[in-house]
Amino acid sequence: MLNFLSKPLFLFDPLSVFFLVVIFIVSLPSAIYALGYLKDSYPSKKIILSWFLLAVFVLSMAAVVTANNVLIFLVAWETMSLVSYFLVVFDTTHEKSIRAGTIYIIMTHIGTAFLVAAFLILHKYAHAFDFATIKSACLSMPAPTKDIVFLLLLAGFGTKAGIVPLHIWLPYAHPQAPSHISSIMSGVMIKTAIYGIIRFVMFLLGVNSTWWGVLILILAVITCLVGVIYALMERDIKRLLAYSSVENIGIILLGVGLAMLSVTMKMPYLAVFSLAAGLYHLINHAIFKGLLFLCAGSVYKATGTRDIEKLGGLIKKMPQTAVYFLIGSLAISTLPPLNGFVSEWLTLQAFFLGVFQSAGGMKIFLGICAALLALTGGLAAACFVKAFGVVFLGLPRSHYAQSAKEVSLAMKSGMFFLSFLVIVFGIAAGLIIKLLVKISAAAMNIDISSMSFSLNNLVFTPQDGLLSAGAGKSIYLSTPMLTLVLAATGLAGFAVYKLFGKTKAVIYKTWDCGYYKLDAANEYTGTAFSKPFRIAFSFFLLPYRKTQKVRESFYHVKSFAYETHTTFVFKKYIYAPSVALVFKTAKFMRRIQPGSIHLYLAYIFGALLLLIIFMDKF
Amino acid sequence: MKIILILGQLIFFITLAPFLSGLILKLKNCFRMRQGQSVFQPYYNLRKLFSKGEVVSETASWIFKVTPFILIASTLTVALLVPVFILSSPLYHLSDFLVIMFVFALGRFFLALAALDTGSSFGGMGASREMFISSLVEPALCLVIFSLFMQFGSTNIFIFSGIHAVSVSSLVAALALFLLALAETSRIPVDNQETHLELTMVHEAMALEYSGRSLALIEMAAHLKQMIWFFLIAQIIFPITALSAINSAGLFSWGLWYLARIFIITLTVALVEVFLAKMRLFRVADFLGFVFVLGVIAGVCAIIGV
Repeated sequence: MLNFLSKPLFLFDPLSVFFLVVIFIVSLPSAIYALGYLKDSYPSKKIILSWFLLAVFVLSMAAVVTANNVLIFLVAWETMSLVSYFLVVFDTTHEKSIRAGTIYIIMTHIGTAFLVAAFLILHKYAHAFDFATIKSACLSMPAPTKDIVFLLLLAGFGTKAGIVPLHIWLPYAHPQAPSHISSIMSGVMIKTAIYGIIRFVMFLLGVNSTWWGVLILILAVITCLVGVIYALMERDIKRLLAYSSVENIGIILLGVGLAMLSVTMKMPYLAVFSLAAGLYHLINHAIFKGLLFLCAGSVYKATGTRDIEKLGGLIKKMPQTAVYFLIGSLAISTLPPLNGFVSEWLTLQAFFLGVFQSAGGMKIFLGICAALLALTGGLAAACFVKAFGVVFLGLPRSHYAQSAKEVSLAMKSGMFFLSFLVIVFGIAAGLIIKLLVKISAAAMNIDISSMSFSLNNLVFTPQDGLLSAGAGKSIYLSTPMLTLVLAATGLAGFAVYKLFGKTKAVIYKTWDCGYYKLDAANEYTGTAFSKPFRIAFSFFLLPYRKTQKVRESFYHVKSFAYETHTTFVFKKYIYAPSVALVFKTAKFMRRIQPGSIHLYLAYIFGALLLLIIFMDKF
Repeated sequence: MKIILILGQLIFFITLAPFLSGLILKLKNCFRMRQGQSVFQPYYNLRKLFSKGEVVSETASWIFKVTPFILIASTLTVALLVPVFILSSPLYHLSDFLVIMFVFALGRFFLALAALDTGSSFGGMGASREMFISSLVEPALCLVIFSLFMQFGSTNIFIFSGIHAVSVSSLVAALALFLLALAETSRIPVDNQETHLELTMVHEAMALEYSGRSLALIEMAAHLKQMIWFFLIAQIIFPITALSAINSAGLFSWGLWYLARIFIITLTVALVEVFLAKMRLFRVADFLGFVFVLGVIAGVCAIIGV
């Protein structure tokens, strides 16, 4: 039992190193940002505590992705969960934080329970806790057991990743933490669950049947759409970003799920390619979501509110933050030539390529998955037009926005670093995909020496007929070239604009139909912006209105209150009933706990008897 | 040589694009038994706008100012990627249908932001509706690209340009693409370019605050986008031999057919505009849902191999 120390406790294989890079690439700028963010916001003792927690948090995540032993993994996983709980409830003065923390810690422990169950089953077969032994034991594991372990792992990691319907904690917990922590939580922590899925399901367990991949793809598509639709409806800027994280986890899982499916369909190259696409989106999302959370934190710090309906016009008060937020928004809306575009394009191409080897029904399934991914992209663009447009453009909607000032240098440099990475990861896509292909091949033990790639162009040329003839007549994307063409044509447009002689721009009021009193109250709000979506998706959002008339007399209405809400179907139809059930059961169980010591002794005696009787059976 | 080809393609698009818009207007007026304005009216409009000064809203920021350039950049970039005369081009590798979809989205994103930038509620309405429509266009477009990929094995437009047998799948895909083009180029039944009521505008509402040269660039981008869509549809439904494969004798008939197929599409758009009414915004979701189904059908046909 204690010989688990004989194997190395930590392992730095390509997959682990990749995740370490993801962790540090976001944690570093977030820490720099925190220098400015924490100042003046918290008492100095609390700031010291927050640095300590941040350090433990980052280290525990690093331990999660490098552990070579299930026990170490679990300890690191729990440390990560607990420390992040403390960080979620860091603003103890807010009632909301405590509530968010409670939901978070309950959900995360339910997730851990599933993981422990899966690990115990694995141990039963391997009789050891280290990964190498488990991997070899999994080869001889019966298929039904594998299925059970897979489902347990999926539920466990799915809770942490925020797969719908296990996402419920995410939009509460992530926004409530201080912004640099939100950035790390959304950017990195939920990715450790993806690491878990890749490491345990694909690497250790080995993908067994086709339905695993199909299940993950279905869950991924649902996660994408639910995440982005809720994000569109949201008016709290940080919660909007949290929902968008749910969506992006879905996109990453589309890559991972397709990789699993391809493995079982005997398409190893496609598996490598789609996992690489998933990993690319993973690191991209870490970067731009980290960036967006830092920007949202700057807005919060400068204005004191996260409600987008109270913001507006910040592009003039906080010009630099606005640029960073714009870069993040463009990237997350998958617009060229930034990094989000590259990974979305890769994922779509992977789906298209997957069609060639699969059978009829599967082809349509993959095609529809790709189409729904495109829908997600379109909705995400709408969501971030809303987020950027309402927060930064137009007129300030309240005194909060009116009095905003640009944030400190430390905060700006954190955001600058990540914006820079967004651009680098878009332009240098050719180099990065090469690396990622190697990493994903290593994670799945697939030999890619006969697969050809060319620099700068993402050329994916399957060589040995693994994809049937006609497929992949070379798929190209060259982001540097695309950037060049965009820049050149833009400059040409500018040149034409200037060539026609000097123009005189008259600065005047916005057209107001002759009303002459156009102010912030006339502006389009975020809620109004998302109205068409609310109506189109009303079958899922179930919007309802509350109206209230305050009457002075029967004939005269003094004021009229109008509220519009959407129903959170998962909360209302899954979580609320189950919580009610738990309470009901607890109430019922209380009957056998009347407080009598004699009765309790009888229980103990009864349990002992039962154990003695059944001891032989095990 | 490459530079000349690129410039040639740009000039081709820029000179012809306003003509198509003018032609649609003229055709519509013919059907309505009206005299109507000249076919060259869009050119006159552009010249007028280019010589006029601008009025910029005091609320607007730099987003408002750069948007026309980003919009024209995204459209011109796509114009360079569309196969026009030649079946190979210096930008051959970039001509990916999915890339085109995303490059168009870039221009649209900025136009929607610019609409919100002036603080006008008309702009907000336009932006909200445009993003709503475009987000529903994307899945259907993706399915169309998927069905083309199934047939030709690549998303590169050059692969499925040129001569190929027209199949049921590509016919359905072209029909779907045509309906999407109506939505993307703000045509009836999705949007109405002729309306001057701010409350019903979509594309026009976003550009409401623009004037002078900026407006000229935005209008030019709209003309270009329309022509690009017509070309893409034409390449799928009316395949044509490469110019380089034509001897001098066949050049005339080639050129005639080349222009005729664009004219057929233009005529169809004009007919649709005359005989249909604009839909309510929320009916657009049903309309695009129908196109999505067409996309699925195109995909199924491609899988069956018809």
